[in-house]
Amino acid sequence: MNMTADVVVIKDVWVHYDSVPVLEDINLVIKEQDFLGIIGVNGGGKSTLLKVILGLIKPSKGTVRVFGDTPQISRKYVGYVPQYSLFDLEFPVSVWEVVLMGRLGHTGLLKRYSEEDKKAALDALAKMDMLEYKDRQVGKLSGGQQHRVFIARALAANPKLLLLDEPAAGIDTIIQEEFYELLEKLKTKMAIVLVSHDISAVSVYVDKIACLNHRLYYHDSKELTAEDLEATYHCPVELIAHGVPHRVLKKH
Amino acid sequence: MMELLQYEFIRNAIMAGILASISCGIIGVYVVVKRIVFISGGIAHASFGGIGLGYYLGINPILGVLPFSIASALSMGWVSKRSRLPEDTAIGILWAMGMSIGIILVSLTPGYAPDLMTYLFGNILTVPFSDIVLMLVLDAIIILVVYSFYKEFLALCFDEEFATVRGVHAERLYLVLLCLIALTIVVLIRVVGIILVIALLTVPAAMSRQFTSNLKKMMMLSILFGAVFSSGGIWLSYLFDVPSGATIVLVMSVVYMLYSFVKGISS
Ligand SMILES: Nc1ncnc2c1ncn2[C@@H]1O[C@H](COP(=O)(O)OP(=O)(O)OP(=O)(O)O)[C@@H](O)[C@H]1O
Ligand SMILES: [Mg+2]
Repeated sequence: MNMTADVVVIKDVWVHYDSVPVLEDINLVIKEQDFLGIIGVNGGGKSTLLKVILGLIKPSKGTVRVFGDTPQISRKYVGYVPQYSLFDLEFPVSVWEVVLMGRLGHTGLLKRYSEEDKKAALDALAKMDMLEYKDRQVGKLSGGQQHRVFIARALAANPKLLLLDEPAAGIDTIIQEEFYELLEKLKTKMAIVLVSHDISAVSVYVDKIACLNHRLYYHDSKELTAEDLEATYHCPVELIAHGVPHRVLKKH
Repeated sequence: MMELLQYEFIRNAIMAGILASISCGIIGVYVVVKRIVFISGGIAHASFGGIGLGYYLGINPILGVLPFSIASALSMGWVSKRSRLPEDTAIGILWAMGMSIGIILVSLTPGYAPDLMTYLFGNILTVPFSDIVLMLVLDAIIILVVYSFYKEFLALCFDEEFATVRGVHAERLYLVLLCLIALTIVVLIRVVGIILVIALLTVPAAMSRQFTSNLKKMMMLSILFGAVFSSGGIWLSYLFDVPSGATIVLVMSVVYMLYSFVKGISS
């Protein structure tokens, strides 16, 4: 791994779908131990931005570096919880097998999962409080439980950068709170990017906030200007800033 | 049934049935859980082009099918992932294209094409020993590849995007899977023929799914089902002197439907 402390460096990145720009001129630096929240309207390009960092989508312009390398090379160090996991509910696979998939980047081809892999998977399951469901078929769990399995799958990789696309959606409030507290602990070991519509939760837990609506509004801090929010949400918004918790509220 | 085993052709037939059950038991499970039945049918039918090629070149048609089915698997995989056509449209086109090439090549071949029906509908009772050796080799390749990439295949079938994120070359691995399907089809052609291959790829796997939700156990079970069904089919086809491929498929389908029916009633 590169010695630089910059986890992600995105320079002048543009992404087009069928020549319609979705991300415009994105510049973003994520540093070690950053806990960055990204908010923005539906269709603003948040999921697209995470996929760019993962190398799943190639930008039409600009460069992306993750741990000083291409996203493809650095994937190994990146954990990902997708917004939607579209899988076949009938698929014959157990919770345990799914969480082990998080270890694929570490195990190498032609090898079985090692004891270390299994330990990491067990730890991740325990963190998400899903150990007792280890041998159940994933498709037979409730939606929220499935989501917790997918979070465990991301944690099993022991990533140095964790990308979470609305991880709290569909999870009950007790687990949600535990989950955010878990993230607080994890952030000493990794950089975390949290995409969320839950602005109040974001403002309580994250250290830095960015707004994304095709363009990115970010000042490497938890401050957002009124103009940023207006550009993002297309309506007047008011910041009750500097108080704790920081809150972003819509004016009526 | 035991006295039948003294005939060499029956022994070969049962051997071929078991070898076919191994490959279609393993690969059929992937076909069923990844829901790629249509593309598998496409590869099978397009392979008819290879039969035509074999006749045209005057070689064993099976040797024509081998490269041809691999080529159709690769082009179908590539077109369905990369082209702007909807996947099923692309497959449908290649499916018909392969068959057309086969028909034209057969018609260009001077004289008439012996055993053409065998390749279309299979005849397990006439499998020569050389083909059994070929089936054995192909089975070994399939087992070896699946054993080596088992965890990657599982991730690929379950969630392609996440597999990619974890560093699996999903597209390449998918093409490998399609090539294994092509090899399985070559193994199965002698048994049930191109037209009926799809039954052997789906029925044992779908039936085993009813008994377990573990992929490995599904593979074991569907090998077992395949072996039982094909032996039963061979015996019935000998008894009533009817085509073996169709009998095997009918035995499987009837058992599967009866099972589903009984299960439906009891629940
Ligand atoms: N595969 C695709 N093909 C074409 N357009 C796409 C594709 N995926 C996303 N888009 C478009 O890109 C834009 C951004 O999508 P994206 O999923 O990144 O938004 P988002 O900010 O994550 O939204 P949400 O809050 O609803 O999750 C949308 O306008 C969408 O229509
Ligand atoms: Mg999204």
